[in-house]
Amino acid sequence: MRATAIFTERQDQIHRKGEAPFAISCNKESLAGAVSQRACVFCGSRVVLYPIADALHLVHGPIGCAVYTWDIRGALSSGPELHRLSFSTDLQERDVIFGGEQKLHAALTELIDRHRPRAAFVYSTCIVGIIGDDLAAVCKRVAAEKGIPVLPVQSEGFKNGNKRAGYAAACNAMRQLVGTGDTTGIPRHSINILGDFNLAGELWLIRQYYERMGITVVANITGDGRVADIERAHGASLNVVQCSGATMDLARMMEQDFAIPSVRVSYFGVEDMAESLYAVARFFGDDPAIMARAQALVREELATLLPELARYREKLAGKKAAIYVGGAFKAFSLVKAFRLIGMQVVMVGSQTGTPEDYEELQAITDPGTIIVDDSNPLELSAFLKEKEVDLFVGGVKERPIAYKLGVAFCDHNHERKEMLAGFEGMRNFAREVYASVMSPVWRWVPRKER
Amino acid sequence: MGKKLPNYISTTNACKLCRPLGACLAFRGVEGAVPFLHGSQGCATYMRRYIISHFNEPIDIASSSLGEKNAIYGGGANLKQGLKNVTAKYGPRLIGIATTCLTETIGDDVATILREYGREFGPEGDLPLMVRVATPSYSGTHMEGFHGAVRALVEQLAEGGESNGVVNLLPGFVSAADLRYLKEVLADFGLAATVLPDFSDTLDGPALADYPLIPAGGTPVAGIRAMGKSRATIEFGRTLGEEEGGGSLLAERFGVPLSRLGLPIGLCESDAFFAKLSALAGRPVPAPHAAARGRLLDSLVDSHKYVSGKKAVVYGEEDLVVGLTGFLAEIGVTPVLCASGGKSGRLTEAIRAVLGELPVAMPMVREDVDFHDIEEAATALRPDFLIGHSKGYAMARRAGIPLIRVGFPIHDRMGGQRILHLGYHGAQQLFDLVVNTLIAKKQDDSPVGYSYM
Repeated sequence: MRATAIFTERQDQIHRKGEAPFAISCNKESLAGAVSQRACVFCGSRVVLYPIADALHLVHGPIGCAVYTWDIRGALSSGPELHRLSFSTDLQERDVIFGGEQKLHAALTELIDRHRPRAAFVYSTCIVGIIGDDLAAVCKRVAAEKGIPVLPVQSEGFKNGNKRAGYAAACNAMRQLVGTGDTTGIPRHSINILGDFNLAGELWLIRQYYERMGITVVANITGDGRVADIERAHGASLNVVQCSGATMDLARMMEQDFAIPSVRVSYFGVEDMAESLYAVARFFGDDPAIMARAQALVREELATLLPELARYREKLAGKKAAIYVGGAFKAFSLVKAFRLIGMQVVMVGSQTGTPEDYEELQAITDPGTIIVDDSNPLELSAFLKEKEVDLFVGGVKERPIAYKLGVAFCDHNHERKEMLAGFEGMRNFAREVYASVMSPVWRWVPRKER
Repeated sequence: MGKKLPNYISTTNACKLCRPLGACLAFRGVEGAVPFLHGSQGCATYMRRYIISHFNEPIDIASSSLGEKNAIYGGGANLKQGLKNVTAKYGPRLIGIATTCLTETIGDDVATILREYGREFGPEGDLPLMVRVATPSYSGTHMEGFHGAVRALVEQLAEGGESNGVVNLLPGFVSAADLRYLKEVLADFGLAATVLPDFSDTLDGPALADYPLIPAGGTPVAGIRAMGKSRATIEFGRTLGEEEGGGSLLAERFGVPLSRLGLPIGLCESDAFFAKLSALAGRPVPAPHAAARGRLLDSLVDSHKYVSGKKAVVYGEEDLVVGLTGFLAEIGVTPVLCASGGKSGRLTEAIRAVLGELPVAMPMVREDVDFHDIEEAATALRPDFLIGHSKGYAMARRAGIPLIRVGFPIHDRMGGQRILHLGYHGAQQLFDLVVNTLIAKKQDDSPVGYSYM
């Protein structure tokens, strides 16, 4: 099984903890023909900027890129919902031959006149990179004509082959907004929340935690995002950054240009969630009341959560879990979250992890755990079988692999409808894992019959 | 026909998908085949995700995963490496290679690359069959990709020879349930048939103990090879162009007589299909199907008042729209707007033909539109319901009217692949669905809470 499922070229992208000294190759282009689960640069940019709800998001390219990202995230907005529409220049053959700049200009003008957005993001796709449209020039011209920021997102799909380059392109575009707004009235105990996308309303929950501690949130980047908030984000004292790659570049640029420090956090699982609050409280150590409030908050939340988790743990103890997610940072928290409900993680992987990410994963997992970079259905299905996994956690493309094999599944994807962040999210996570693992349907699947 | 509507330059919420997606679906319906996209990695991943969300089934689409260097210097090396890897791990009988906008624009010559690949990695017999189709995403929709892949399969595989008495059926893009039904009907007529493509098992398979890298099922390659020897071809699609699909090629190259019929949706189009099969089989419609037709007619009578005079907006792929429009007119619903993101130039004519003598005014027909256009046109028409794929939901929600989900994709309900549209059975299910949706709407909207409707 092992030998046949793994391409020779990919052997160094898989590590079995304890079998050899730790080494893993990653951060490289996907192997042709391997059916990678990765998307592309454009996808990276699109998902990061997607939740900015009062901006126009125009995809400059053929129709596919726009149509496959229409309403793709469960990123909620408390106000405008312009982000849920799918705008495209729908490039045709004649545009490819003669250039698409004119069409882009006309489409942008038309859409800005129709929707009066606060800003516009214009995404470049593969083909735009090849035909050489000057996206920046068109954006600049429309910005001058319409008096709103019009930002090119240089996200040609083939560039560097994965989402991380797209995150950088998205951050470059947002960086042009930061620093242009008025920061008067922002108190010192203030933060920006970076890297939460308000899936199922998670950002609202996290924001409320910080507010309960007495912290002001200036900008959500990008969950329930607003252009004006991002423009004045440089007025905050601290960037609180979640997720391995998506918004880290922006935090780095803001540190360089505005001397705003950042802390990295994760809102998944109890320990990481609590630490996310404590890290901010420690930063504002001049006011011990903030830490006191954070501790009270955590105590209060855990008082109801832990007894409930204990009930799930009773049933789930000893079950085996596998994790395959986009960014590795989410995997760290998931490993800990599974431990909290008594489950053992036997495989963990990501599409775009870095050497540091995998180092960390190998540090926190048990011996024998498979650690994998940029995997594919062939390997994932082989690992699920080999490790006799009870539950797989992943996204839309991982789900049918689990289900076909009769393995329970937890949806940790862009479009999910259940909050998985925060203390509330840990409760939902345990519930969802329990509901899937304990379903009676597995008793009849072929895997169990043998 | 109604007034002319503005022609927008931008597209909002497209009512079409890109061309390579259709090719991937068609290739997935060939036994032992792996769909392969020559382009950047994202395309394959996006399409997998889109298809999975409808079928809830795995679909492995390989990619040549081009990077920046390949975009500049050509993707030949990646394509070859990808084919080699897919061959090694998937053991396919056939690889269906579709291009993308990237590789079409950089000008990769896939036929030449494949010849080189054959020389480098041959001998011929050891390699999987390679079928290639040009699917630039900047031209046409997923339907051109679908029919293009079918034509490529036939063009590159079919052989002529002495007639073998088989009937070719080229159904176009229908559901897995539709494909199963068509095969049953053909068998009931005692007709040996090759249905191309056939993803009824490959995209709607059973629970398994092992992950099916290439699921069982699909049109056998031997069957495709023999299509040039068949006695007849039936091809669905009133809006298909002369040179589109595989039927005209089989007729021209091998002299296989072609019957082009509309998608058999509703009574009249199903009658035409069954009549054709009757003629080919030289026997009357088998009793169970004649009985199904009888029950359908009986139910149309029982329920006609619930639907009579209701107005519908129909959207989606052109041939599906044509079929649904005919069906709606038959049951007494007035189709007020028939819309598609496709632009064959033949939609109006096909709708006129399918409506024939039915007592209904010619609806507004719009090709090459998106959901912004459709909503703009529909609002003034005050429809009672929408019928089409799940992407019309936002519009239905705003209008406060029901959406009847048919076709592809169905992303907000389960079992899209098991919706039956075709034949008397399909018409029965569609009819009950339409009637009960309208009854439910009336019941829910009523302050009384009627318990008999």
